[in-house]
Amino acid sequence: MEELGNLFHGFAIALQPFNIMVMFVGIILGVLIGVLPGLGGANGVAILLPLTFSMSPTSAIIMLSCIYWGALFGGAITSILFNIPGEPWSVATTFDGHPMARQDRAGEALTAAFTSSFVGALFAVIMITLVAPLVASFALKFGPAEQFSVYFLAFCSFVGMSKEPPAKTVAAMFIGFALAAVGLDQVTGQLRLTFGFETLLTGFDFLIAVIGLFGIGEILLSIEEGLTFRGGRAGMNPRVVFQTWKRLPRYWATSLRSCIIGCWMGISPAGATPASFMSYGIAKRTSKDGHKFGTGEIEGVIAPETAAHAAGTAALLPMLSLGVPGSPTAAVLLGGLLIWGLQPGPLLFVEQKEFVWGLIASMYLGNVVGLLVVLTCVPLFAAILRIPFAIIAPLILVICAVGAYTVHNSVFDVVLMLGFGVLGYILKKCNYPLAPLVLAIVLGDKAEENFRQSLLASQGSLSIFWSNGLVSTIMALGLIALFWPLIHTAWTRMRIATAA
Amino acid sequence: MADHAEGASGAGPSQRAVELGVAIAIGGFALIIIIGSIKAGTGWGLEGPKAGFFPFYVGLIIMAASILNAVHALTIPAGKEFADWGQLRQVLSVVVPTAFYVGLVPFIGIYLASMLLIAFFMRWLGSYGPTVIAPVAIGVPIAFFIVFERWFLVPLPKGPIEYWLGF
Repeated sequence: MEELGNLFHGFAIALQPFNIMVMFVGIILGVLIGVLPGLGGANGVAILLPLTFSMSPTSAIIMLSCIYWGALFGGAITSILFNIPGEPWSVATTFDGHPMARQDRAGEALTAAFTSSFVGALFAVIMITLVAPLVASFALKFGPAEQFSVYFLAFCSFVGMSKEPPAKTVAAMFIGFALAAVGLDQVTGQLRLTFGFETLLTGFDFLIAVIGLFGIGEILLSIEEGLTFRGGRAGMNPRVVFQTWKRLPRYWATSLRSCIIGCWMGISPAGATPASFMSYGIAKRTSKDGHKFGTGEIEGVIAPETAAHAAGTAALLPMLSLGVPGSPTAAVLLGGLLIWGLQPGPLLFVEQKEFVWGLIASMYLGNVVGLLVVLTCVPLFAAILRIPFAIIAPLILVICAVGAYTVHNSVFDVVLMLGFGVLGYILKKCNYPLAPLVLAIVLGDKAEENFRQSLLASQGSLSIFWSNGLVSTIMALGLIALFWPLIHTAWTRMRIATAA
Repeated sequence: MADHAEGASGAGPSQRAVELGVAIAIGGFALIIIIGSIKAGTGWGLEGPKAGFFPFYVGLIIMAASILNAVHALTIPAGKEFADWGQLRQVLSVVVPTAFYVGLVPFIGIYLASMLLIAFFMRWLGSYGPTVIAPVAIGVPIAFFIVFERWFLVPLPKGPIEYWLGF
């Protein structure tokens, strides 16, 4: 078992005192980010990315991924105590979590949420440990055409699986591709789409887009809705924690099912949000207490939290092994790899063993650290939410501005950030999804490069994407994903027709 | 945000008009991309597809999608509101000061501008007195200074006052 040896080596790296410290800092920052309105996993990581430029890539990725775990944990706190989902994937947690808090069972709900998150993440990390090296060694055989087909599949699944109208998803996604194309052409070295503006020479940085779209855009949305925080008390103590832990094994079937749903949805780019809803829905249908869901059932907290955390973690599998991120936050982490000079994709497993296995080991440890931190510090984090919006809002604006500036030390980026913020607000209000836009900015150059290299090999014929079994299968899967809504409706209609 | 309720009664722009506007704006963006791509060359050159090849088709797809979105926008019921004017005023009350803030940064540096922004928001949205505003508005930028310039050695934009103080 070469992998096991690699994993132990990874643990040795992750357990270095500096990396342990970085883990704690990351988790605490992450929970803060998850709790504060306007700061989420993706833009929190984007803002803090420049601070890691001086660290070694391994410590940097440990810190950033821990911020991500922290944000996943933090989302549950606001959902349960304040009925405000700090992150979209914790919306389903409010359904039963907040009623529990209203019945003075907040401690129970929080313990269940954190423990489920931990279980979901652990399941996904074990899956990554076992599957990622296999996928990577398989993907090493990929040429440009196969690599492009993987991107094609990822983007098609976005269109087919998003709940927003397909034309809007396509529009948002291709705006991302267009923005990625601005500036220097990677293949020919020619300038394009700059229209003589010097500031556009370097193109649009995805970090600025993420900070603006998700950070500023989110603040504008929350201010429009008029934020008022009214929340229950946390009421956590060791007795509540142990009592809840005693009850949790009863729901093992729900947990296991939610883990599987989460892993599946996390690998495909559907992400944590639909995973949490789907898991909640299925638990409601299959549980014998299903009719009581929504009134404060602990199972209604376990199901979405397990799935969301499993999905959030599983999203790193395609990022590490294929170079295709499964979520916006994974996309930002992938952008980080590029900045640190690492080439994301299957070669990482060969060339950067220390980095990959250090990261995987830190996923195990980071989630243990995360569970400890949130279980002990909930009242502290909940207190932050009681700071009035008039103080928190300008602080977040300043944090976003500083984050945007430090990416390239450019004031123009801060202007762009504000522009992206207003754009994000309007697009969100008009039902355009933002995740595919960000993913397209990150992956645009790579997708284009692979597309053009494939065409170069085939002298411009698109038949290269159907030239062998592997590439045809992935392309066909992509087309099925793209037209999935149509296929699904046609199939249901056919079934109704045959039944009648 | 006490004045939020007052605005709730007023009407606002319709969802239909805004969505139509957004679709047209995205179409315009697509046109710019298409024109820019044609300038860069969309055909086949010595190194294979020219620089404008990929963005050209990206532009065409955005154009097609925004035409579909514009058509869809016309089917939205007329009564549906995008947001009422009171809400939009709230949004602008964040956007406008932030725009001033961003505009001030190159001249007075990010620290002083941040102090002004925080003080302004606390006074305007929260109606706090100077004894609450001063420690937050001055303390936060100083904390930023310590974290960025001292710990992480990341320089942030500074203005005349910082230079005068010798940084």
